[in-house]
Amino acid sequence: MSEAPLLAIEGLRTWFPIRKGLLRRVVGHVRAVDGVDLEVEAGKTTALVGESGCGKTTVGRSILRLEEPREGRILYRGRDLASLDPAELHPYRQKLQIVFQDPMASLNPRLRVRDVLAEGMHSFGIGGGGSEQTDRIAEMLRRVRLDPDSMWRYPHEFSGGQRQRIGIARALAVEPELLICDESVSALDVSIQAQILNLLGELQDEMGLAYLFITHDLSVVRYLADEVAVMYLGEIVERGPTARIFEEPRHPYTQGLLSAVPSVDPDRRHQAVRVLGDVPSPSAPPPGCRFHTRCPEFMERCRSEAPTLLPVAGGEARCFLVE
Amino acid sequence: MSAAIEVEGLEVSFPDGRWRVSILDGVDFRVEAGEVLALVGESGCGKSMTALGCMRLIPKPGRIDRGRVLLDGRELLELPVPAMRQVRGAEISMIFQEPMTSLSPVVTVGTQVVEAIRLHEKISVSAARKRVADLFARVGIPDPAERLDAYPHQLSGGLKQRVMIAMALCTQPRVLIADEPTTALDVTIQAQILELMRELQRETGTAILLITHDLGIVNELADRVAVMYAGRIVEEATRHELFRQPRHPYTQGLLRSMPALVAPGEPLHEIAGTVPPPSDWPAGCRFVDRCPRAFDPCAGPAPDFQMLGRGHSAACHALAAEPGE
Repeated sequence: MSEAPLLAIEGLRTWFPIRKGLLRRVVGHVRAVDGVDLEVEAGKTTALVGESGCGKTTVGRSILRLEEPREGRILYRGRDLASLDPAELHPYRQKLQIVFQDPMASLNPRLRVRDVLAEGMHSFGIGGGGSEQTDRIAEMLRRVRLDPDSMWRYPHEFSGGQRQRIGIARALAVEPELLICDESVSALDVSIQAQILNLLGELQDEMGLAYLFITHDLSVVRYLADEVAVMYLGEIVERGPTARIFEEPRHPYTQGLLSAVPSVDPDRRHQAVRVLGDVPSPSAPPPGCRFHTRCPEFMERCRSEAPTLLPVAGGEARCFLVE
Repeated sequence: MSAAIEVEGLEVSFPDGRWRVSILDGVDFRVEAGEVLALVGESGCGKSMTALGCMRLIPKPGRIDRGRVLLDGRELLELPVPAMRQVRGAEISMIFQEPMTSLSPVVTVGTQVVEAIRLHEKISVSAARKRVADLFARVGIPDPAERLDAYPHQLSGGLKQRVMIAMALCTQPRVLIADEPTTALDVTIQAQILELMRELQRETGTAILLITHDLGIVNELADRVAVMYAGRIVEEATRHELFRQPRHPYTQGLLRSMPALVAPGEPLHEIAGTVPPPSDWPAGCRFVDRCPRAFDPCAGPAPDFQMLGRGHSAACHALAAEPGE
């Protein structure tokens, strides 16, 4: 075995209660994350992909305990974050940072950029005060290729791409080791997206950052991820190295997802519809294999038996077909 | 022969203080029956405004200053308002990105489509309902007869978009304008909707003007492509030629910045800077400040369109300066 991964999630479950009636009694649960294992290695990128409602965002938020997991372990350098009380958790919040999809919604509009960055630094006692702090903030802004003078401006004065740079600078200012990027480039135009993706690549090389990249965009995943985990209805259905997942997907859902991505090769309009219908509700996932209602390879046993993650060459897949 | 829809020199402006700011500046294109023309570009380039201009639905205080929109050779911009209302939805229809905001939440989807038909045709409610049930089946809505009585919130995003398509096609329009029809949908649902649009077009021969920012969708659906930048079309070509031999520096940059077209590990191409707001558009070529090939003439008058081959044209001074082929 190589050394332990930076982050290892084991059996993570995060459910949201569904409340009804006058007494707000809990009548069921949305099983947003229902037994997820995931690893991120130091200095590497793991992508977590899936369609809306599959639970990928909840995984990211649960790692930071922005949602309380119900079960499971979140091992960061061997320490279980899920078992820590808030005071014990605080130092880890410095090491794990998150960059959200919509930078406008995640930056306080009343704070100048300088104060946005200083807030986090102050909380972790980084960068001192006064001019030392200002120098450090200028350095952070330079690092994300913004003019250091922009620290005196407010978030609304920037374009979407620039705001995302501010979001990244804020996260980097506290010297994290792992950055969770939740659809961080999804709202950006393709030419701006390219700028941010290049920046993330450079920062990884320079600072040895690890990324957990949460996205629905498979072309971005293929471009930047080392490892991929595919999620469907709260579960990981397949994981493995990026090249293997894209060249030899083994789970029918992964295959369907990849074939649905529009081609950009003018000689090959290959998009094929393999997965039909809609994703069922995570409050009542289908029995047996959760994908069986949409699976083109459906077999009788899939209706009653739930497959576990089975080893395949270069990874795992949750399907009886790989037995 | 006249095209299903032809737009000539369309100019649209909005007031900004004491002045008017131009946001569309001489947009020209045509779409033949049975053809898909994709209008691509990044946010703010004017592609959606072009679509709304064709429908004469430019939101106030914007207005069309100049230009022509010909539907089967008939000038739409000069039609009286009631006549235009008859054209809209009957001969030219539109589907939008977000079906939830274009469907009424308090009326069943069946009734909404029935009303759309009865607006343009003298037909009984029961006959219209039967036609809508057939339409729902054709656009792949399961249990169509029961879904007539569903409210929009009871349907998934994919099903709502199918309802929108059924509504847009219920009068068999000559032209369908699809503005980011699958942008809000997941990729497996998007594949189903694009497949549906291809099938329906084969059957009906409707001309489609596809508005999108996604070059993958362009490749999957379009016959020809027009690339827009800052209120103007900068390049037009067949789908194949545009992907294989883009000529305008903006189109080239756009393609080279796509992760899907770049090998992992290679840096993505970056187009320097950002799209300027309409009030700051340069007087000549609007791409000049971001263009790697910019030279002296680019600061002068805007470049003219130049034919570069069959059905391929671009507006760029650098191309005009190249020796002829």
